[in-house]
Amino acid sequence: MSAQSTSSAAPARGNALALAAYVALALVAIFLAATLKFDGYILNILMQAATYTLAVFGLSVVLGLCGQINLAQAAFFGIGAYAVGLGTTDAHMPFWLCLGLGMLVSLIAGAALGASTLRLGGHYLAMVTISFQQILTLVMINAISFTHGPDGVRDIPRPQLFSGQQSYLAFCVAVLAVVGYLVWRLADTRLGRAMRAVRDNELAAGVAGIDVYRTKVTAFALCALLGGLGGGLFAGGFAYVSPDQFSFAESVVFLTMSLLGGVASPIGSAIGTGLLILIPEWLRFLKSVPGLYLAIYGLAVILIVAFMPDGIWGFVSKFFDRERPAPAPGAPLTLAPDDSGGANVLVTDKLSKHFGGLKAVDEVDIAVARGKVHALIGPNGSGKTTTLNVLSGLYSATSGSVSLDGRDITRLPAHKRTEAGLGRTFQNIRLFRTMTALENVVIGAERPGNKLIEGSSRAALEARAMAALDFVGLASRANELVTAFSYGHQRLIEIARALAANPTLLLLDEPAAGLNSTEKQSLHNLLERIAAFGLTILIIDHDMTLVSNAASHITVLNFGRRIADGESMAVLRHPDVVTAYLGAE
Amino acid sequence: MDFVLQLLFQGVGIGAVYALVALGFVLIFRATNVVNFAQGEFSMVAAYLMVVFAVDLGWPYWLSFLIALGGMAVLGAVFNLGVYYPLRHRTYLPVIISTIGASILLANSTLALYGPQPQVLQGWFDTPGFDVGGVFLDSQYLLIIGVTIALVIFNYWFFEHTLLGKKLQATSQDKEMASLLGISVSTMIMITFVYSALLGGLAGILVAPILFVSIQMGGTIALKAFAATIIGGFGDVAGAIIGGLALGIIETFGAAYVSVPYKDGFAFLVLVAFLVFRPQGIFGERVAEKA
Repeated sequence: MSAQSTSSAAPARGNALALAAYVALALVAIFLAATLKFDGYILNILMQAATYTLAVFGLSVVLGLCGQINLAQAAFFGIGAYAVGLGTTDAHMPFWLCLGLGMLVSLIAGAALGASTLRLGGHYLAMVTISFQQILTLVMINAISFTHGPDGVRDIPRPQLFSGQQSYLAFCVAVLAVVGYLVWRLADTRLGRAMRAVRDNELAAGVAGIDVYRTKVTAFALCALLGGLGGGLFAGGFAYVSPDQFSFAESVVFLTMSLLGGVASPIGSAIGTGLLILIPEWLRFLKSVPGLYLAIYGLAVILIVAFMPDGIWGFVSKFFDRERPAPAPGAPLTLAPDDSGGANVLVTDKLSKHFGGLKAVDEVDIAVARGKVHALIGPNGSGKTTTLNVLSGLYSATSGSVSLDGRDITRLPAHKRTEAGLGRTFQNIRLFRTMTALENVVIGAERPGNKLIEGSSRAALEARAMAALDFVGLASRANELVTAFSYGHQRLIEIARALAANPTLLLLDEPAAGLNSTEKQSLHNLLERIAAFGLTILIIDHDMTLVSNAASHITVLNFGRRIADGESMAVLRHPDVVTAYLGAE
Repeated sequence: MDFVLQLLFQGVGIGAVYALVALGFVLIFRATNVVNFAQGEFSMVAAYLMVVFAVDLGWPYWLSFLIALGGMAVLGAVFNLGVYYPLRHRTYLPVIISTIGASILLANSTLALYGPQPQVLQGWFDTPGFDVGGVFLDSQYLLIIGVTIALVIFNYWFFEHTLLGKKLQATSQDKEMASLLGISVSTMIMITFVYSALLGGLAGILVAPILFVSIQMGGTIALKAFAATIIGGFGDVAGAIIGGLALGIIETFGAAYVSVPYKDGFAFLVLVAFLVFRPQGIFGERVAEKA
């Protein structure tokens, strides 16, 4: 989903003001819910809206923040509802215990479903959630001795504290306000940033040190948990639950609500839910034709995705969104690369990567000396980028080993290698497209194992990110979306993201590709300034001027094999290298 | 023993239907990198078209069949233009959501037009079937198996031995390169959607006399076909067919020996087992994104 950036970096005073306004508004809503005299019909609508919105909040987390689909939210909603229904009536347990149990079961079911599927592509998740939804419906209908079958569960009691309709509604509104606040704030927490990074670019997220799989499973489990909470409250509110309230059709309704209001924000969730509960009430006559409503919802989904991908709130909030001025950069960038290992930061031993019969990388030995700029060159298709991908963990090595700062990292996944001190940029730029430059670089600074961030306080992260942006000359545009930057500047943001992480070794994948000559010159200067920190760099590039000026040591690959290695000038004059580039006479 | 053979026969027959729908899934997936979640609804719509023409209007079966297939070709084209084409430059997620929207739209507008009552469509032949050594070979099942075998052979010939088939393959492997070679990518994708809609429709028409024609049949079939593609290995044509047959057999035996109400749950269990233990399926999926 292309989602609106829920950007951060607001001055603390503005945040406090917004929070105060939110609390005041929530208190008014709770007060009104408790005191206004509604008739039963209005009360039911409000109760439905409050509990459904909780479930739609869940979708705003998993779909809006993390970009993963869930077509079984009604099933998780149903788990919560049946836990309260069966627990309070058949098992005579207290309401609160049942509510908690329902949320726990939803959480576990969500985590298990996500854990089994989220390593695979998104279409698996869509189908598996549909299947889960249908299985659960089958169980609700057929396991009559346990679930009462199609008759459902009647006379579900409310907790004693909120036994009246209105007080219970006020309680639901209070829960809604708290959860809404948490979901709203989630976007700017470490977890929320990780989710957005995963949504925007999974590969780059992994290389930035984010555990992509765990982030996705967490998002999915949170979504299920909120579904369970909403369902539990729903059961108490309506005192009756039956299988058809939690069918696949309801999952579709939840999805439509989320898309219509805007997936990226809890405000959107509330708008979408409210509208899709009210509109069918206004247009009751449409209900007389079975299927017509859902048909309209299906059409609405197609149209929203095509024409209003950010939903109503995404559309409206564009008019309020003014860019905040960039914070002033503080102290200049510092780098303190780890130096626990020996003289070589990176050592590969007979590293190989085969694709079927193709030996893309064939027993390559590389030793990158500490504090030096080392270049890896070779003609097109010689295996340079494959080597880099094996080094950073995007491909697993067929054989051989890689060690970083004396530690064997051959079997580690990408994010663990980043934690161990690896930083990299990509040949085809991989930034988090819906985030600002600052947010992109903050994610870099957040690298687990970055010793230059104390605590991980927000101020420290932002200060470091600003320093890195200042270092590449883009501090004044920190709060602009990355898509607003030119190609060359996007490349600089990527470098800033890697530098903010304070890596032990920086891998640069063709940083000069696509740059004009002025930009190349400033890139060259930038590389010299980075090298002056004593940071070890392994660079791949085609630009021989850049390579021979910047690197003191060169390794040459051809057809996946190392054909030369040594001090720069000597290597470039090596007859095999000349042949590889220019052909034999 | 006869009972086991009988079940095997039925399993292969129903599995052949899953295989046909799975084939439609795979073709669209290979051409567009997107799973079409409305693939099952193609089957449902075609079955309803048969009910309208052959049952309600009483037209000859073969004529209704041709009209239904013609309708499916149109539906495939409209589907491409309305659901896929506007989103072709976006990521897979909006496209998936859009196809889900289309599936809901198709199922529920059929419900709104035709009502919730399941309909009956008689089989192609008047003879119910033959008894061979104690095993009853239902004529509709025989037809399904025969058509599936013929289609698999046609599919192989079409993709390997005709220029159009090769163009389609080229498009599914590398759109940019294909368009540089003068192949019209949008035409190829259009053909793929039409062909998938025909395959799905054919499966629906063939299975309708066995299952009842209902709004839910599309979703059920799609779920099974999707499980079949995962069992076989996502994106693999042979895998889709073998996965479909395997699933049909597992399900038939599961319903006979374990539980009838949960029959539709077996596909899910098999699906999850494969996802956990062998997500690349029997024949393996090409994964790995280029950095």
